[in-house]
Amino acid sequence: MTLAQASDAFFRWSWVFDHLDDIRDKVVEHLVLTGIALGVGFVISLLLALVALRFRVTYAPITWVTGALYTIPSLALFAFFVPITGFTILTAEIGLVSYTLLILIRNIVAGIDGVDPAVKEAARGMGYGRRRLFLEIELPLALPVIIAGIRIAAVTTIGLVTVTALIGQGGVGFFILSGLNRFFDTEIILGTALSVILAVAADVSLVLLERALTPWSRRRATL
Amino acid sequence: MIEFTADVVTWLGENWDGKTGYLFRGWKTLQLAGSAVIAAAVIAIPLGAYFGHVRRGGLAASWIVNIGRALPSFGILALALPFTIRLARNTSLISSGLGFWPAFVALFALALPPIFTNTYTAVREVDPGTVEAARGMGVTEPRILTTIELPLAAPVIIAGLRISAVQAVATAPLAALVAYNGLGRYIIDGFAIRDNVTIFAGALLVALLAVLTELAFGRLERRVVPEGMQRGGERVTRPVEVTAT
Repeated sequence: MTLAQASDAFFRWSWVFDHLDDIRDKVVEHLVLTGIALGVGFVISLLLALVALRFRVTYAPITWVTGALYTIPSLALFAFFVPITGFTILTAEIGLVSYTLLILIRNIVAGIDGVDPAVKEAARGMGYGRRRLFLEIELPLALPVIIAGIRIAAVTTIGLVTVTALIGQGGVGFFILSGLNRFFDTEIILGTALSVILAVAADVSLVLLERALTPWSRRRATL
Repeated sequence: MIEFTADVVTWLGENWDGKTGYLFRGWKTLQLAGSAVIAAAVIAIPLGAYFGHVRRGGLAASWIVNIGRALPSFGILALALPFTIRLARNTSLISSGLGFWPAFVALFALALPPIFTNTYTAVREVDPGTVEAARGMGVTEPRILTTIELPLAAPVIIAGLRISAVQAVATAPLAALVAYNGLGRYIIDGFAIRDNVTIFAGALLVALLAVLTELAFGRLERRVVPEGMQRGGERVTRPVEVTAT
């Protein structure tokens, strides 16, 4: 691909059709990177949120540390770990997981805090212990707020995965970087468009998941 | 570990001056991020204030938040390049399609949504009773906006500027990919030659700049709270709309 060729049109469908296999592989890689980050991020967040709910004094330091992690630019966060873990999927995931923590912890705590005290009181009156109260009352009622957090984390992570192209991962971000290096518009547009499509698809799927999981509330979640 | 730390300290002692030094590159990074945020503020604050004042466009505002979040900053930066290259080739508006301009266009676009939505929400959420009282006293609409709504909305507007500024400072290092001479060069060039000391030192500088920006705006935010609300009044809650970059 030469510069002269590339300057003809913004987008070449023929290139896309010639590379469908590559595109499928990168989309799968993108989803895997996102899935691992959200899964690991959620487990860590749930544990930290439980600690924060049980011991209130820890909530401020937990949000302070995760907030500080959140402020560090993604390129810098990935770069910090390259000297230690190299150009690997591990480096990418350390960064991606770090960014999910603040959003998820905040929403889990806010969701559980938002459960009507009268409902909890009623459950206690019916003989619910702490564990059952949490699993059967608080968690289900907090679900809309928790899923709202997962939606924000998912959309954010999908966008951030593109940056990991710089450390040899990247999913569809591979096309963006490759297009940038070769001045080939089609790849840049394809990579960006795929990232946006994946983000929107993930968001919509999570909304549907929430509706399926909380049949008692037909109220739509706000952000 | 100790050896590596010593190497980074040595690096920081040796690479501060000149056109490739971190003082110059840090300044260039601030210049890029600052001009993009100022340009975005000039457009987004009046628009947000207007729509907030007339209390319309709530749906559009929430769409802007969602779209802004779904856009990958890396993709936007890359997308700006074909446009600026054509602009430089076909017109005399800009001299080069590489470097400052594609980065500016991308950061500008990314800075718009947080400033707009925060201004919009803050102005819209000013107590309608207060606005109605002013209206009853014969205060004109433009003056209601400038003397009542905007001062009350100021802390949240500054919060929007903070989110945009931190995001701009955080995204600016990626501009090294379109040949901009900012702090990101240490990381990107370091990746290319696999020089861990340069990568780490670059990351340190980029992170420091982002944290300093956050802290500076945090101070500003507390300072612009109107006098009557500073003591005893309700605490200003910071909006949760933040975007990782």
